[in-house]
Amino acid sequence: MFVLEQVSMSFQDQACIRGVDLSIPAGTTTVLIGPSGCGKSTLLKLMLGLLYPDAGSVRFADQTVQPDNARALRQRMGYVIQEGGLFPHLTARENITLMARFLGWPGDVQVARVHGLRTLTDFPANALDRYPAELSGGQRQRVSLMRALMLNPDVLLLDEPLGALDPMIRRDLQNELKDVFEQLNKTVVLVTHDLGEAAWFADSIVLMRDGEIAQRGSLEDLVTSPASRFVEQFVNAQRQPEGFGA
Amino acid sequence: MKRPCLLVGALALLLITAATPAAAQDVLVIGSKKFTESVVLGEIALALATDAGAEATHLRELGGSRVLFNALRDGEIHVYPDYTGTLALELLAQDTGGRTVDDVVLRGLLATRGIRMTRPLGFNNTYALGMRETRARELNISTVSDLVRYPGLNFGFSNEFMDRADGWPALRSHYGLPQTGVVGMDHDLAYRALESAGIDVMDLYTTDAEITYYRLRALQDDKNYFPEYHAVFLYREELDQQFPAFVHRLNTLTGTITQDQMVLMNARVKIDRVSESIVAADFLQLDSAVQQENFSQRLRRTTLAHLTLTGISLGLAILIAIPLGVFAARRPHFGHLVLGTVAIVQTIPALAMFVFMIPLLGIGAPPAIAALLLYSLLPIVRNTYAGLHDIPVELQESAEALGLPPSAKLRLVELPLATRSILAGIKTSAVINVGTATLGALIGAGGYGQPILTGIRLDDMGLILEGAVPAAILALLVQGAFSLLERWVLPRGLRLAQAGA
Repeated sequence: MFVLEQVSMSFQDQACIRGVDLSIPAGTTTVLIGPSGCGKSTLLKLMLGLLYPDAGSVRFADQTVQPDNARALRQRMGYVIQEGGLFPHLTARENITLMARFLGWPGDVQVARVHGLRTLTDFPANALDRYPAELSGGQRQRVSLMRALMLNPDVLLLDEPLGALDPMIRRDLQNELKDVFEQLNKTVVLVTHDLGEAAWFADSIVLMRDGEIAQRGSLEDLVTSPASRFVEQFVNAQRQPEGFGA
Repeated sequence: MKRPCLLVGALALLLITAATPAAAQDVLVIGSKKFTESVVLGEIALALATDAGAEATHLRELGGSRVLFNALRDGEIHVYPDYTGTLALELLAQDTGGRTVDDVVLRGLLATRGIRMTRPLGFNNTYALGMRETRARELNISTVSDLVRYPGLNFGFSNEFMDRADGWPALRSHYGLPQTGVVGMDHDLAYRALESAGIDVMDLYTTDAEITYYRLRALQDDKNYFPEYHAVFLYREELDQQFPAFVHRLNTLTGTITQDQMVLMNARVKIDRVSESIVAADFLQLDSAVQQENFSQRLRRTTLAHLTLTGISLGLAILIAIPLGVFAARRPHFGHLVLGTVAIVQTIPALAMFVFMIPLLGIGAPPAIAALLLYSLLPIVRNTYAGLHDIPVELQESAEALGLPPSAKLRLVELPLATRSILAGIKTSAVINVGTATLGALIGAGGYGQPILTGIRLDDMGLILEGAVPAAILALLVQGAFSLLERWVLPRGLRLAQAGA
């Protein structure tokens, strides 16, 4: 679905992505993980066409993502960010249907689609007409997910979607989100810094460091055969203290 | 955002239509200069016009000779009082070579500009030397020549009169005056110095109200040194056809206003605080049917004029400034240029801004509205820019990630999010605008500045307050109205977000 070839990019003369090659097969869930500032969010924005590489190419469904086609391609991608990125002046429903309204979808089609998504994400019907400020953190993420799914995109790109939630809610939402991914059978790229969360969602984990891919594989690959000392340290640092299970 | 935009647009259009002066064709517009005598003469013309059945209006205190003359030449006013000396030595100096010329020559020069001149009204408001009546009688002095006999007298002259080539130096040699005790001093102080006998002789204008108040004698210019400043009315030649009855009445006025009468009329206004219209009506022995406005009528008129100036200029400023702010936020390079330019416009002193507009747009409401419009731009442009610029990056990216094209992103996401900032900018502009609009009176636009200006001229605190207090109240009302408007326009979700934050 995505093919990145020798992608490099720098911000203010500081290289933040260095020659990344990455292929993401359709229908799989890929998790980008790594320490803060390793370039995983930037990689996601490159896929969305919010940023463009200085060198190399990003291809989506066999088309190079470029300024002239990015907007059209983005309508086939859903994007969810940490705080949800909901527009505070619009209700939950208006946030979800913003793009569909702009594209002129008939009202009944919109209603049916929102109903389907609401059921999928287990979102209370009476909260649809509330504003983001009146919703809980978990509800806001559900709205953000519904907004991303409204146009039935081919892929779903999520940047730390559960990062701002407290642990109990986060655990619940991880379960739900995995159900959703499985039901939809879409291509998913998810960014997190939590190895447990990565292992829970991923078909394939991409561990990044300083704008480069340190290792790609399953959690087992990373644990049993780390490609470098960095991989080993990263995995060890995220182990839970003994006596706390997992 | 759509709703207020439409509203403002409709409002601006409505106001523009309402304010366009009723086709200047059928209304006779009289002007006057910024001193009492000119205003009194303007009121006399107004009373005559009304009595002759014409619909007339008097734009008082428009400014100096040049402003009035140009306004007459350009047809913005139809008639105003001036002086033959001013015409010859100042306004038509290019043609006269700066020398006094007779009325026939003046008429000819004016005719080439489409202007006619009445015969002199009677009095001659020129420079004169003045003494206290008692002292003059004591020394038996009634002419300037008489001064030669008293070389010991002390003279106190206004600084302008001291320095002008045609002032004291030339006067002295013309009459052969021997006095050496001559000092320059402020004109108002000179009156007091004269009263306290600090000086014996000062320069004055022959129709100054103070001549009666301080019991002065204006010495006769027996060797014809001072140029003659006979008062006349100047009017557009087309008045002969349009308002023949008025022109006829104006011409019957000639030769009827004596020096003493004019001094008395000036004194009634300046010293007795009688309104110019009553003084004018009394002179014409007309009933003050020249409807004397009462306080509430006057307030209604100034309020309407003030609201018109403020409403139209602010409405247009909003229509121009918001797109400029959006553009500035879109194009950083262009943005700096735009913000820099409107900031520079803001640094032009308000008074100068109003005066700059006169050559471009003449006098009255249009130049005042243009000046206020320019003044109102900065807060709105800057706040529109800031409101758009300060939208959190993640919201910008969310809108972009949805695939919204820029125009839809602006309309559906960015402008609504910037509403609070834009409204705050408009509120600032409105409050500044209400205050600055008082300067509009300086260029004939009326409003609350009119009573302030007249109050300053007449040293009448009551009149000054009559403009200043409503202006302050209006500013507060505008502020309050915008707070209410904010509740109505600001998206509910944003208010909730702010309350929660």
